[in-house]
Amino acid sequence: MSPQEESFFPNLEGRKRLDLIFKWIFFSANLVGLLVLLVLAVKIVLDSWGWLDVQFITSFPSRFPEKAGILPAIYGTVYLMIITALFAIPTGIAAAIFLEEYAKKSKFLSLIQINIYNLAGIPSIVYGILGLTVFVRWLNLGRSLLAGGLTMGLLVLPVVIVTAQEAIRAVPESLRHAAYALGATKWQTVRYVVLPSALPGMLTGIILALSRAIGETAPLIPIGALTFIRTIPKSPLDSFTVLPIQIYNWTSRPQDDFRAIAAAGIVVLLAVLICMNSAAIFLRNKYQGRTKEL
Amino acid sequence: MAKSGKDFRRERCIQILLALAASLSVLVTAGIIVSLFEETAGFFKEVSFKEFFTGTRWSPLFSPPHYGIAPLVAGTMLVTIIAMAVSVPLGLASAIYLSEYAPDGLRRLVKPVLEILAGIPTIVYGYFALTFVTPAIRAVIPHTNVFNALSAGIVMGIMLIPMISSLSEDAMMAVPQSLREAAYALGATRLEVAYKVVIPAAISGIVASFILAFSRAVGETMIVALAAGSTPKLTLNPLESIQTMTGYIVQVMLGDAPFGSIEYKSVYAVASVLFFITLSLNLVGNRIVRRYKEVY
Repeated sequence: MSPQEESFFPNLEGRKRLDLIFKWIFFSANLVGLLVLLVLAVKIVLDSWGWLDVQFITSFPSRFPEKAGILPAIYGTVYLMIITALFAIPTGIAAAIFLEEYAKKSKFLSLIQINIYNLAGIPSIVYGILGLTVFVRWLNLGRSLLAGGLTMGLLVLPVVIVTAQEAIRAVPESLRHAAYALGATKWQTVRYVVLPSALPGMLTGIILALSRAIGETAPLIPIGALTFIRTIPKSPLDSFTVLPIQIYNWTSRPQDDFRAIAAAGIVVLLAVLICMNSAAIFLRNKYQGRTKEL
Repeated sequence: MAKSGKDFRRERCIQILLALAASLSVLVTAGIIVSLFEETAGFFKEVSFKEFFTGTRWSPLFSPPHYGIAPLVAGTMLVTIIAMAVSVPLGLASAIYLSEYAPDGLRRLVKPVLEILAGIPTIVYGYFALTFVTPAIRAVIPHTNVFNALSAGIVMGIMLIPMISSLSEDAMMAVPQSLREAAYALGATRLEVAYKVVIPAAISGIVASFILAFSRAVGETMIVALAAGSTPKLTLNPLESIQTMTGYIVQVMLGDAPFGSIEYKSVYAVASVLFFITLSLNLVGNRIVRRYKEVY
């Protein structure tokens, strides 16, 4: 026997046992996430038990937890999302169309692209400070819905752009060629061929971006979303509050009853998010592979 | 039919509009830098660079006030390191399981759980840290402060698991199947394939996922604002109340520091530091992820 063969100990049993042990270790790492999710859900439902009722949904904030409600927060959240969507969706899709269909590959283009990826990673509180400086002060919009909505729009813009780009990229080149062969201009091709085909993918991204915006708290703190307002905003220049801000305010108080209504607010917020995400998954499944059939 | 001049002009207009939308993203970056810079410059007229970067006390409300950012940076790092200690092993293990072990059916079950975890608003995690994790820690170690770095760090770590898991898994999935098959043909077990072949081949993508998660932890706000406290302190003790950079920004913004005051400007100085730390981390992380994507 040569020395090399002598030092070869396959030790199959031991190695297989080790493999099995680690398989379970790796598997249980995934259980941690599931476990936390379950504990979180149970904890929040238990905390909010008995507090979540019609009165809670239809009342204004109050110094007394049993009379407090989230009506202005719900209106504020809905209005804020409308402004965010009106701003971020057209701008994001237009930017994505430009980057994918029009721009020539260049140093400048890759710079814009890198910039977009990095914008997505900037802390949301920094966006809040940007909003405070640019919208609240420079443009003099005050601590208003409009200032908050535009700030939130800037925050989700990178998400909208990147997902729209992916959706456009997934449209088969043959469709574009067919349109050009029929004499369509560039814009006609984009408008009547690329966009309809990329729409479901874009929609999924938009819903995900908006569900991120609904849950964001930090960027609205510098903007100055109030927590104690007695009126429902009537115009985009009115002051406002939103669900996460209201939840934050109640959670940061030491009394148990305020924590309980914070939990009730969380249940409402999570319910909205679950609806939005189900819609996104439904759209994704419904339209998956539709382009292939064409 | 020949294209008329009107058609041509229309096409041109549309292209310009689209280009404007795309350049808005550059404008946002410029806006962030300019808006941070203006007030930060004002701050440094009143506080020296030396005090800000080398001072070890952060006490804007005392007189005389001290503006040494070290305690805020230390608080941020303490929470971030705890978060990484939780999320790196769990996220990586989860990615290895998903990419090397999990049968297809199970993958389809596990992935949505991770997606839900990633979609939970941070304010909800903050609530969870303050009302569940903190009492749990205090039950084990009674002298723990109500606000502490450990609770915030653990919950932040859980929040980061999906990010590390999915980015690392992408990197591992990109390793060519032929490499794995070659190792299996030599008699390697799955574990050996994972740590001798797949992880070394995907290491840059895995490291990038750690960097991006780190950056996310540094900038995370609501969890620390609720659970980590508001006492800027140079300490390594995770059971004490501390304050992070983001926590300080929230504290001042919720108060009524008048516009133009030194306290107000100090927020911009802290935000500038935060911005440059996260920006550099993201630049490095994204660069690795993208270069890596092009290789395979």
